[in-house]
Amino acid sequence: MSVVDHGQMATDKEELARLRRQRLEAGGKWILPVLVLLIVLGLWDRVVVWNEIPHYILPRPKLVLETLIEDWAILFEALLVTVQITLMALAVAVIGGVGLAVIFTQSRLVEMSFYPYAVILQVTPIVAIAPLIFIYVDSRIAGLLMCAWLVAFFPVLSNTTLGLNSADHNLRDLFRIYGATRWQTLRYLQLPSALPYFLGGLRIAGGLSLIGAVVAEYVAGTGGLKSGLAFRILEAGYRLNIPRMFAALFLIALTGVIIFAGLSFLSHMLLRKWHESALKRDI
Amino acid sequence: MGERDEVSSQQIELLRMEQVDKVFNGNITALKGMSLQVRQGDFLSLLGPSGCGKSTALRLISDLVHPTAGRIVWSGEHSADDLGVVFQEATLMPWATVAQNVWLPFRLRGKVYGEVAKEIDDALNLVGLDGFQDSYPRELSGGMKMRVSIARAMVTRPRLILMDEPFAALDEITRFKLNNDLLKLKDAFECTVVFVTHSVFESVFLSNRIVIMAARPGRVVTELSVDAPYPRNEDFRTSTEYAGYTRQAADALRLAMGEAA
Ligand SMILES: Nc1ncnc2c1ncn2[C@@H]1O[C@H](COP(=O)(O)OP(=O)(O)OP(=O)(O)O)[C@@H](O)[C@H]1O
Ligand SMILES: [Mg+2]
Repeated sequence: MSVVDHGQMATDKEELARLRRQRLEAGGKWILPVLVLLIVLGLWDRVVVWNEIPHYILPRPKLVLETLIEDWAILFEALLVTVQITLMALAVAVIGGVGLAVIFTQSRLVEMSFYPYAVILQVTPIVAIAPLIFIYVDSRIAGLLMCAWLVAFFPVLSNTTLGLNSADHNLRDLFRIYGATRWQTLRYLQLPSALPYFLGGLRIAGGLSLIGAVVAEYVAGTGGLKSGLAFRILEAGYRLNIPRMFAALFLIALTGVIIFAGLSFLSHMLLRKWHESALKRDI
Repeated sequence: MGERDEVSSQQIELLRMEQVDKVFNGNITALKGMSLQVRQGDFLSLLGPSGCGKSTALRLISDLVHPTAGRIVWSGEHSADDLGVVFQEATLMPWATVAQNVWLPFRLRGKVYGEVAKEIDDALNLVGLDGFQDSYPRELSGGMKMRVSIARAMVTRPRLILMDEPFAALDEITRFKLNNDLLKLKDAFECTVVFVTHSVFESVFLSNRIVIMAARPGRVVTELSVDAPYPRNEDFRTSTEYAGYTRQAADALRLAMGEAA
């Protein structure tokens, strides 16, 4: 009897330690980065004050915040443009990437013919292609969209292709034995198998389409009415408006983080019931 | 009289393999001159060493590969609806619930869930998984997953069930339990089973016919019938009759392998 008690005590202690660790990690995940942020901001502020650095070289954090609020109208408008291009590019990347992946898995011939060119598009730096695009594409928005799409679609394509081909081979056999049509195999076997891979690609593509949208705008340079954040940064740079550069930079980073978090959440919601990556295992 | 009926029903041929050869890549002879008659109501085991072409035989019957020579003849109309298959792994779709997995063969025939919900529930009931309809495969033990796989194979009441070492990856206790239940399920669904196994004990317990195969080249060496009556249960497993058949099968297998060496 005492042995049993002892055993239970031991597991209880272990359990308690585990729970404590879990709580610590759950809290630490948020508190620690925030702490680091505060320390860095504090140091930044002190460095500027102690060295008497002028604000047109390095502004104090507080000034950046004030600029953000003061210039909100301009910056927010630019943010909307950048976000719009990013999301549209991501949407087109998803449609194009998944569509191409499905076509590739349906026909080896098409895959063999076109896959190398998808790779070439991917490995050629976007800054090198973008100037050409802006020569041939009249609409600025369309050009930006195209650049962002070029950067973003490949991870979707390659991940989805991998996923579609990674369906369990015994399940494939089973579908064949049951006389499933191509469409049924695609719909009920290959697409669900590809979902985790696709979502992995999507998360990468989300970040890349933002990068694509920003980089393309740098290349496009001065534009008409609809300017994004990248243009505002360039513009502020010419005018030595360093606080606004920082404010715009902050907004871009924030956008990237929100996109990544949103896509991670989507991925978790879609996979949480069945996929290993979304399962909580404590040990 | 009753017994006579049973005997005669066992004489009706379901399918036969006639002198089937299967050569892979032009040089690997997986099967050589395999002839086999499967009769209605049979529980037929293919027993033999690794690489003797047991899986290949099942793949030929299920039309996943085609004979290099010889032919496979089904009696009566033959369609994709005739077959149910169970692999060594449960091979369930991890993204689908238990009930959705069992629905699959119906779904591929264009049946919506509501139409066949009763069949699905009945099948799950019979394999002892009532109440697990909405569970996901990851929430089940290995034995339970295999039960789902069996329910999926039987739910459409196909004429023939092919099973390729379905219990090889399970522990012995689970395996015995599933052996017992499989015989009951075969009765309930009135199907014919072709069962691949490495285990002499398993084949004797389950089958009325054991076909012994040898490797290099894969071929049928001899056939044994196990005439002990069904239903069989744990008493049969410990009977002298069972011990006798086991010995017979083991000897035949040893002979077949010696011959091959
Ligand atoms: N697709 C294939 N391509 C080439 N060779 C194959 C193929 N399938 C099977 N073989 C060969 O055919 C022979 C028989 O294989 P099979 O899988 O039918 O044996 P088995 O009796 O099921 O063995 P095990 O008990 O190990 O499952 C083996 O030598 C194997 O290497
Ligand atoms: Mg095999």
